[in-house]
Amino acid sequence: MAYESYVLVCGGTACCSGGADKIIEAFANELEAAGLKEKVQVVATGCLGFCEQGPIVKILPQGTFYVQVKAEDVKEIVAEHLVKGRVVQRLCYDPEQAKKLVAEANIPFYQKQYRIVLRNCGVIDPEKIEDYIARDGYKAIEKVLFEMTPEQVVDEMLKSGLRGRGGAGFPTGMKWKFAQQQPKGQKYMVCNADEGDPGAYMDRSTLEGDPHSILEAMTIAGYAIGASKGFIYIRAEYPLAIHRLEVAIAQAHELGLLGDDILGSGFSFDIELRFGAGAFVCGEETALLQSIEGNRGMPKPRPPFPAVKGLWGRPTVINNVETLANIPVIINKGADWFSKIGTATTKGTKVFALTGKVNNSGLIEVPMGTTLREIIFDIGGGIRGGHKFKAAQTGGPSGGIIPEQFLDTPIDYESLAKIGSIMGSGGLIVMDETDCVVDIAKFYLDFTVDESCGKCAPCRIGGRKLLNYLKKITDGRGTEQDIKDMEAICDAMNKASLCGLGQTASNPVKSTLRYFMDEYMEHIHDKKCRSGKCSKLIQYKIDPAKCKGCTMCARKCPAGAISGTVKNPHVIDQTKCIKCGACESTCKFGAISHG
Amino acid sequence: MAKLTLADLRKMREEKQKALDMRDSSNKDVQVVVGMGTCGIAAGAKDTFTALINTLSEKGLTNVLVRQTGCMGLCHSEPTVEVVVPGMPTVIYGHVDAATAKDIVDKHIVGHELIEGKILDKPSIDIVKNA
Amino acid sequence: MSEKLETMTPELKAFVEEWKSKPGNLIMVLHRVQQTYGYIPRNIAIEISTMLDVPLAKIYGVVTFYNFFRLQKSGKYNVQVCLGTACYLRGGDDIIKEFERRLGVGLNATTEDGLFSVEAVRCLGCCGLAPVAVVNGEVHGKLETKDVEGIIEQYRKLG
Repeated sequence: MAYESYVLVCGGTACCSGGADKIIEAFANELEAAGLKEKVQVVATGCLGFCEQGPIVKILPQGTFYVQVKAEDVKEIVAEHLVKGRVVQRLCYDPEQAKKLVAEANIPFYQKQYRIVLRNCGVIDPEKIEDYIARDGYKAIEKVLFEMTPEQVVDEMLKSGLRGRGGAGFPTGMKWKFAQQQPKGQKYMVCNADEGDPGAYMDRSTLEGDPHSILEAMTIAGYAIGASKGFIYIRAEYPLAIHRLEVAIAQAHELGLLGDDILGSGFSFDIELRFGAGAFVCGEETALLQSIEGNRGMPKPRPPFPAVKGLWGRPTVINNVETLANIPVIINKGADWFSKIGTATTKGTKVFALTGKVNNSGLIEVPMGTTLREIIFDIGGGIRGGHKFKAAQTGGPSGGIIPEQFLDTPIDYESLAKIGSIMGSGGLIVMDETDCVVDIAKFYLDFTVDESCGKCAPCRIGGRKLLNYLKKITDGRGTEQDIKDMEAICDAMNKASLCGLGQTASNPVKSTLRYFMDEYMEHIHDKKCRSGKCSKLIQYKIDPAKCKGCTMCARKCPAGAISGTVKNPHVIDQTKCIKCGACESTCKFGAISHG
Repeated sequence: MAKLTLADLRKMREEKQKALDMRDSSNKDVQVVVGMGTCGIAAGAKDTFTALINTLSEKGLTNVLVRQTGCMGLCHSEPTVEVVVPGMPTVIYGHVDAATAKDIVDKHIVGHELIEGKILDKPSIDIVKNA
Repeated sequence: MSEKLETMTPELKAFVEEWKSKPGNLIMVLHRVQQTYGYIPRNIAIEISTMLDVPLAKIYGVVTFYNFFRLQKSGKYNVQVCLGTACYLRGGDDIIKEFERRLGVGLNATTEDGLFSVEAVRCLGCCGLAPVAVVNGEVHGKLETKDVEGIIEQYRKLG
């Protein structure tokens, strides 16, 4: 027995509320009536995305995608599609173009993702070099070593418009050019795999899923700038990524794709791993180099830039993992192809780790210029638990918070900077109305204060002062003067800090002040946190009309803050209350609430 | 393996490309791919992997290749498993625990039946594939 | 508290010899020390200082700069609670507080019986499972505060 066709009915929450179960039932009945029960299997699936067009039905193997299906439509789908093999045009997505849009491959939703960096992730076995080679792996190395001069490689990178994916967006080709122009001698190629941004794991996934692409890209870069030695600086907290890199390096050595005289070309290149040890500041280039040299990871003033004077005083190029993963594809398919993807100023794609209050958290890759709305609502399937979108955060502790009015901003380096955030390394965290923006700003400041290396005063002292102000406000002791002081401190840190960490550490505060001043004011004047997150501002209250005087809450209260006599309404002494919430969960009559 | 020359590498790529397209030369026409990045393993992908191997050997199925890969990007539904059976649509299953792994062998591979409630869609179309 | 002296293992010695001549070896050597003992013991640090010809003060400087290195032995079961942004938004701080409350120890401290220690870490990279805690490499995901007691008991039973 084998089925000939399969009917997939989306069983995601949105589709279920749209009547997916009735559709399944209808299919069962209609198929039985048509005598197709043995030939067609009907299955409920997890959420297929695209929820605003639900309920969704997909027919395999043809891949026909029907939207907004109702139980009444099922009869027609069975009679037309499954019996006669004719697509029901009126139920296809966008009936105007239905003829072209019969297969899922043509539906715009699925085209929103575009995999260059993640081309092999989830496809090949990362511990088998043959798998990588089969998918055009080490082909770019052939082209570079045998058909191109180092100058041509650099030109190709310049032409592609690729910019550093670590956050700042400096053109990769320029970096390479500076290093190439330095006098011959020992130079170094470094891969920055110290992904310290909390909530971001793009680089880890790339290294775990496709380690050879990074080795190949580093070898290409080494050839272009004239380096014979490369280092991968990777977090010690990523044991699996380290293991897969070690395996990959050993395999590449064995096949002569690393080491002396690669493929008989006369070019030699070797790569060693160096472990980070949990210091966020080491994502900063000069601090990272200090750490590779075995020192405390303290940044140095620039210039001199690492491309001129880097590791052990020698010219050094530092590229981030995602930047590197693009390079073999650019070489294979050409700069012209690459520069057609993206926006005017920012070419290519961006990988995001989409997390937080979104339905489908995941690792996604989209062309530059995609909007946040498309990422969060189309790919991410919207907000969890039917909550309302409040803000998105990009760039981690160095980035900003983006409110709803900018959801339609096409993402590139410039547009995000304009609205007070940064591209950052790719963490994209979604928040709903139960999250407090003041609390989030405090969370990030707590992080940067902890991670500040302490070398320069604006970052060391400014960060601490900002954090104290935020604590004061979330505790309900803030004043309007505090806001003014905070603005001044943000400005000073931004202008006077030595490295990127200090210069950007105030961004979470600046952007929340800019877009959510009303919430700051509520904390200050009304002593209220609308999300209920700032526990010191919560007040528990007993509704005297509902309270039966059962004394349960008074007995549960660990602080002895509730008083009252049997069968009479109880009262909470706000000065004693420790806001633990034990009373509210104990009350059987729903008389206790907080706000 | 000895060090490759340019010609060796090209030959190897061609052969391996065929192998990847035709699945495997050693009569393995069914392929089961388990996403084993850190997220996947944290969510229990190793148990899934073991359950697949055990069920296959119990059934004496030798035409199935089980292999690992990196993150498929569907973090919200790890562990994820892709199943490729000739004559059937290629599907990705999410939240595959040991019991579902057994179902994949019993129902999908042996019975040519899709498994209720566990199917996810491929997150994107791979553009570099044939270009 | 008297300091426990650790002995240099032959493997560690060989590793140090191998890396001795490489520039920038200190952090890699310290990683190996921590891998061997679970922390950086003072007397081993003194030996490393002599072997690599690096002042002890510099070793102390490096060890205290990086979060990953620890100067005290952790509990037999080291509970690492993730406080990356995704976990924080989904209640990671409540999970930490619950572990602290139930074990009666603060952050980065070890229980009196030497069984448990609690630490907060920055992003373990499995945000899909948030909030997450890792005990000796084993991941516990999608946690709620009520799950904490069961996790502690699970390891306490193992002794």
